[in-house]
Amino acid sequence: MAAFTMPSLGADMEEGTLLEWLVHPGDTVHKGDIVAVVDTAKAAIEVETFLAGVVSELLVEPGTVVPVGAPLATIETEDEAPQQLPRAAPPMEKHQEAAVPPPAPLPQVHSPLVRRLSREHDVDLAQLQGTGRGGAITRDDVMAAVARTAGPETVDATRPPTQAVRATPYARKLATELGVDLTGLRHPDGTPVTAEDVRAAAAAPVEKEPVETQLVETQVRTAPPREDRMRSAIAALMARSKREIPHYYLSTTVDMSHAVGWMHDRNRSLSIAERLVPAALLLKATALAATEVPDLNGYWVDDSFQPASEVNVGMAVSLRGGGLVTPALLDVGSLELGEVMARMKDLVTRARGGRLRGRELTEGTLTVTNLGEQGVEAVYGVIYPPQVALVGFGRVADRPWAIDGLLGVRPVTTVTLSADHRASDAMTGARLLAAIDRHLQHPEEL
Amino acid sequence: MSKRTATVTAPPMPEAAHGLDLLRTMLLIRRFEETCAELYSAARIRGFVHLYVGEEAVATGVMSALGPDDAVLSTYREHGHALARGLPVDALMAEMFGKETGCSRGRGGSMHLFDKSRRFVGGNAVVAAGLPLAIGLALADKLQGRDRATVCFFGEGAAAEGEFHESLNLAALWRLPVLFCCENNLYAMGTAIAKEHAQPDIALRAESYGLAAWPVDGMDVLAVERAAQRAVEAIRGGAGPHLLELRTYRFRAHSMYDPDRYREKAEIERWKERDPIDALVASMRAAGQLDDAGLEALRDEVAGLVAAAVDAADQAPFEPVENLTRFITSEAGPEGGQR
Amino acid sequence: MTATLVETTYREALRAAIRQAMLQDERVFLMGEDVGDYGGCFAVSLGLLEEFGPERIRDTPLSESAFVGAGIGAAIGGMRPIVEIMTVNFSLLALDQIMNNAASLLHMSGGQFNVPLVIRMTTGAGRQLAAQHSHSLEGWYAHIPGLRILAPATLEDARGMLPTALRDPDPVLIFEHGSLYNMKGSLPDDAGAVDIDRAAVRREGADVTLITYGGTLGKTLEAAELLAADGISAEVIDLRTLRPLDDATFIGSVRRTHRAVVVDEGWRSGSLSAEISARIMEQALYDLEAPVARVCSAEVPMPYPKHLEDAALPQAATIAEAARRSMRPAAG
Repeated sequence: MAAFTMPSLGADMEEGTLLEWLVHPGDTVHKGDIVAVVDTAKAAIEVETFLAGVVSELLVEPGTVVPVGAPLATIETEDEAPQQLPRAAPPMEKHQEAAVPPPAPLPQVHSPLVRRLSREHDVDLAQLQGTGRGGAITRDDVMAAVARTAGPETVDATRPPTQAVRATPYARKLATELGVDLTGLRHPDGTPVTAEDVRAAAAAPVEKEPVETQLVETQVRTAPPREDRMRSAIAALMARSKREIPHYYLSTTVDMSHAVGWMHDRNRSLSIAERLVPAALLLKATALAATEVPDLNGYWVDDSFQPASEVNVGMAVSLRGGGLVTPALLDVGSLELGEVMARMKDLVTRARGGRLRGRELTEGTLTVTNLGEQGVEAVYGVIYPPQVALVGFGRVADRPWAIDGLLGVRPVTTVTLSADHRASDAMTGARLLAAIDRHLQHPEEL
Repeated sequence: MSKRTATVTAPPMPEAAHGLDLLRTMLLIRRFEETCAELYSAARIRGFVHLYVGEEAVATGVMSALGPDDAVLSTYREHGHALARGLPVDALMAEMFGKETGCSRGRGGSMHLFDKSRRFVGGNAVVAAGLPLAIGLALADKLQGRDRATVCFFGEGAAAEGEFHESLNLAALWRLPVLFCCENNLYAMGTAIAKEHAQPDIALRAESYGLAAWPVDGMDVLAVERAAQRAVEAIRGGAGPHLLELRTYRFRAHSMYDPDRYREKAEIERWKERDPIDALVASMRAAGQLDDAGLEALRDEVAGLVAAAVDAADQAPFEPVENLTRFITSEAGPEGGQR
Repeated sequence: MTATLVETTYREALRAAIRQAMLQDERVFLMGEDVGDYGGCFAVSLGLLEEFGPERIRDTPLSESAFVGAGIGAAIGGMRPIVEIMTVNFSLLALDQIMNNAASLLHMSGGQFNVPLVIRMTTGAGRQLAAQHSHSLEGWYAHIPGLRILAPATLEDARGMLPTALRDPDPVLIFEHGSLYNMKGSLPDDAGAVDIDRAAVRREGADVTLITYGGTLGKTLEAAELLAADGISAEVIDLRTLRPLDDATFIGSVRRTHRAVVVDEGWRSGSLSAEISARIMEQALYDLEAPVARVCSAEVPMPYPKHLEDAALPQAATIAEAARRSMRPAAG
């Protein structure tokens, strides 16, 4: 017994309507006989059977819409092996499925306009329900959110916000590089701020603090306290991370005696301001390891891993008023250890003073969290999307340690890795931890 | 001598072995095409698929008259041409499946079959676009003093395209070694010849450009073969381009998605009575060259070939996606250097 | 032994290139309308029939599709044809052959049939030839994967691009701007093949990059002179090869000058200038001090009277003005 099925008569045909049977149960049919008329979206087409035998049952009434491949009738085939093709393979669609897996839910991407408005009006996009296509957040959604908190009378969506600065793209880039704040810069004739203006501002003493404060104050008057907003931003981000990223975790314990010993030696010849702390060694070792294992350094975007060309280590910095930021130390791999130390201090100071630069907040490629100071043994962190890995360091503590079959006391620390299983496998993660360990055994090369 | 008298004389029967070769080729084409229809209905091959059922005698007869160095240009209804030219069944079926082992690495599909080693310069899916290529291939042979013929297939629909007229004129003007094979199956897709051509006698129109041209019964493989032999011989002898108008009929619709509402059922049935395979079988039986067992053995042989080709195609790999942009430019690079 | 400079013209440089190719390689032949007895519509092939005979300097009927297709077939058959099409407007009659066959055969045959064909044609306006002989459609051809598109703008390139194109295993289209044939200058007597991959910096500058090719190179260099008088230092890039585009050269220049003006005799909408502008946005947005500016032909079929034709085309003054505006983007 074999099935006569709804044929596919074109790549765009998904179903057809059975219009008419040209055979009855009991009829003998031959390969190639016309047995039914099917209406496709284009026309009524006579369809043939590729089976030979006796029609045993008609399964579908005329007028019924039937998907391609569904049985229309059963045919009692002749004694000989049915004139069927060898091995019914899965239909073509299957191949396509295999080649192109269904897309995972995309991280929410906001338009530049929406991002600008949300920045200007201090709206947390993670808290908004988008009404645009595919749930995208639109300009109207942002302005509605502003209206909800500030009261409608204070908002005029049609008026460009006064603090928006018109600057050329190059001027913006240069401003970031030179650490110049564009707010307050104006070109004399009202045309966009140029690179020249930025260079002039970089050379001049900075004195626009009051303006900035004032703007911020007027802006946040009706908004919830900064701490609350930060909490909800962290909540949204971490929830998204745990929702979307399949984490895997690895840990290893590293003997820090070489690193700590070398550091103390070196510190003896340095001024107090220049002295190293273990965290600098850990950061540098992590950056070098990430250069060697690039599969953990970068972003998961559009369903694929995009490696980053340099290692920008995001450092989790807890703020005094509560909350957390993870500014990035840019291109750590290329920095000399003293420079890492200096930048690290500078970054922590500025993070706590609220003076971070845009690039530092967006361009981290890998995050390091060090909870050693708090006495924590080991930390299993939550990845900061769209990054794909987070390295955690616990406290450096003296522990019994077996060396060459003898028991000794060594300063050791537990290094952990949380990594995105979409981007890498545990073998790769293990290589990163091994590389960190190796670099920490040769501190003089850091 | 009037060229038009050639079709009157029935050709004598060839040797039994040769008759079997012709029959085997026609049966192979028929079997291949029926399998394609089945695979298409099961959604295992896609794209546009134009079947050659009914027209087997044309490809089989013409190819039989060619040598290995001659070039062939085909159309989008080309499975039969490719099979008759000797392209491996496996490579053709794999191409239907879009597999890397296909004769065009799966990039062409049903309408773009190629084989450089057999000088099969492709199926061309733009009507009449192959004719100018034939002019160029023949010109290259002429300029290099090579004794080769170029055969170019097209349908009677192509005779309404400018390239048909431009190319026939050029071929005659430059006296090029081209054999134009017009497969007149009476319908340009769904448009009947009478609705398309004020002068439906294609051979007559070719003669007006100075080509030797005559109509041939395209349902009779022996007549086709003889006409092609005669034309190719004349071409090799320097007689310039020839055109054969091969009058034939397709038994199936234009493509798999064609309701066939522009032809009468009775007309199709009438033509089926002139099935070229049945005709050759009858002649061979009458000449005592074929019996039931012999025919059955041939059918089994081609069925086995096609079934094996389907199996092989099914299991063959797809070209990796990384190769998507290969063959946009030649990989060998410029002459005398690498790209 | 050092080469001596000889006076020549763009036309003579092209002819010298064809002649040398025919002398060096028996597979090379020239085919097109009026290339033989007439000497070429623009007299490029004048005298070659007498030297090489009618088999290799082959006059064709007015059948663009057939003789371009024949060029493709001959290239597959082992020859190295040079096909001349009288003007780019007429090439549309052969567009099917150029795109569906020449550009596609290699790919659709899975790498089996490459097409080593060179097609030369005249392009561009400026000679009061009106709406069916004056357009710049090379940007359309530059849209098509599988083709290499060249636009010689100098004597050196007129002399040197053809031999390199003939060594290419794939189809190459050469667009000769009609206003250049009489351009005079000098070339070393041993001038020969040049690369067909890279754009060229024709004038160095620091403040703004002017990107152009073919017939508008001269006007763009003139514009750079006008700008220099205003104290603006303009860099002039000659694209030379329109497909594949040499991004590195013009992007590198824009990264230095932070401003770009694209000069293209084609129409603006959906044009090569649009493509170049888009690539600058994709690769150098954060280096820009001003929006990318474009100077293109007015979107009209080319009119016959001189004053209207001049108004429709990019001119040195309009190019310079666009560059000045980009030095100081508008307020508001």
